[in-house]
Amino acid sequence: MTEFTPLMSFAGGLLIGLSAVTLMLFWGRIAGMTAILGGILPPLDRDWAWKATFLAGAVIAPAGLAFSGVKVDFDVPVPLAALIIGGVITGIGVTFGSGCTSGHGICGLARFSKRSAAATVTFMAFAFLTTFVIRHVFGGF
Amino acid sequence: MRYVTVFLIGALFGLGIVISGMGNPAKVLNFFDLAGTFDPSLIFVMAGALSVAVPGYALIFRRRQKPVFGDTFVLPKARLIDRKLVGGSAVFGIGWGIAGFCPGAAIPALGLGHASALIFVVAMLVGILIARTISQADFFASAQKTTG
Repeated sequence: MTEFTPLMSFAGGLLIGLSAVTLMLFWGRIAGMTAILGGILPPLDRDWAWKATFLAGAVIAPAGLAFSGVKVDFDVPVPLAALIIGGVITGIGVTFGSGCTSGHGICGLARFSKRSAAATVTFMAFAFLTTFVIRHVFGGF
Repeated sequence: MRYVTVFLIGALFGLGIVISGMGNPAKVLNFFDLAGTFDPSLIFVMAGALSVAVPGYALIFRRRQKPVFGDTFVLPKARLIDRKLVGGSAVFGIGWGIAGFCPGAAIPALGLGHASALIFVVAMLVGILIARTISQADFFASAQKTTG
């Protein structure tokens, strides 16, 4: 079980939304992790520098939080093989699907993109289905 | 200055993910486990993010012709809901249900210093490169740039 955290989750969501809005306001860009990560892989995008800087901020800020002694709940309830296989599958899926939870699920929905709505409904549905099959058909890892 | 802003914007994103619980695979997988240890918290993450992003985007696009830095808003031009979009998203959903990380959640989790996040991210980057190779081999008609 994990604790139900509506207030913290909503507060975190506000920050994510604020990040998306400020990136559009200042840089005119969609805060989508798929495109940002893809941009720093070879061959580098022409505009890789802002993407790398965004990523640095996204890694260093939580590191600062951890260093300052804030306890952040974290648990990976799947075996190593599932992390690796899930990771490869995720990378393939978001590339063909042109985005992930941040790009389609937040930025795309926020500008009422039908493509992003279709993508979001699809990946959410398959995530629910996959978890159901793993945990309740096969009895979990 | 431009790069200071994007660093801070990235920091905001990373903190939001970590505070919200999105960066915790146990919580994400419990959200997906309707028939078991269901934890509805992540609905609140989406609600929080959209409650800022919907009016924020609307205001920006109404009030401004261009961003503070740069000449245009760079928005995805694709309109078509095709097999590539839906198929790719289905594949992503399967990966998300297996590992419990999505790309935007794994990167901030790296900052928390967890080896599992690093393993997932490396595997995901390999997946992105595999998909690009397949695209270039032209298994699918149009290899467009990713947008999100």
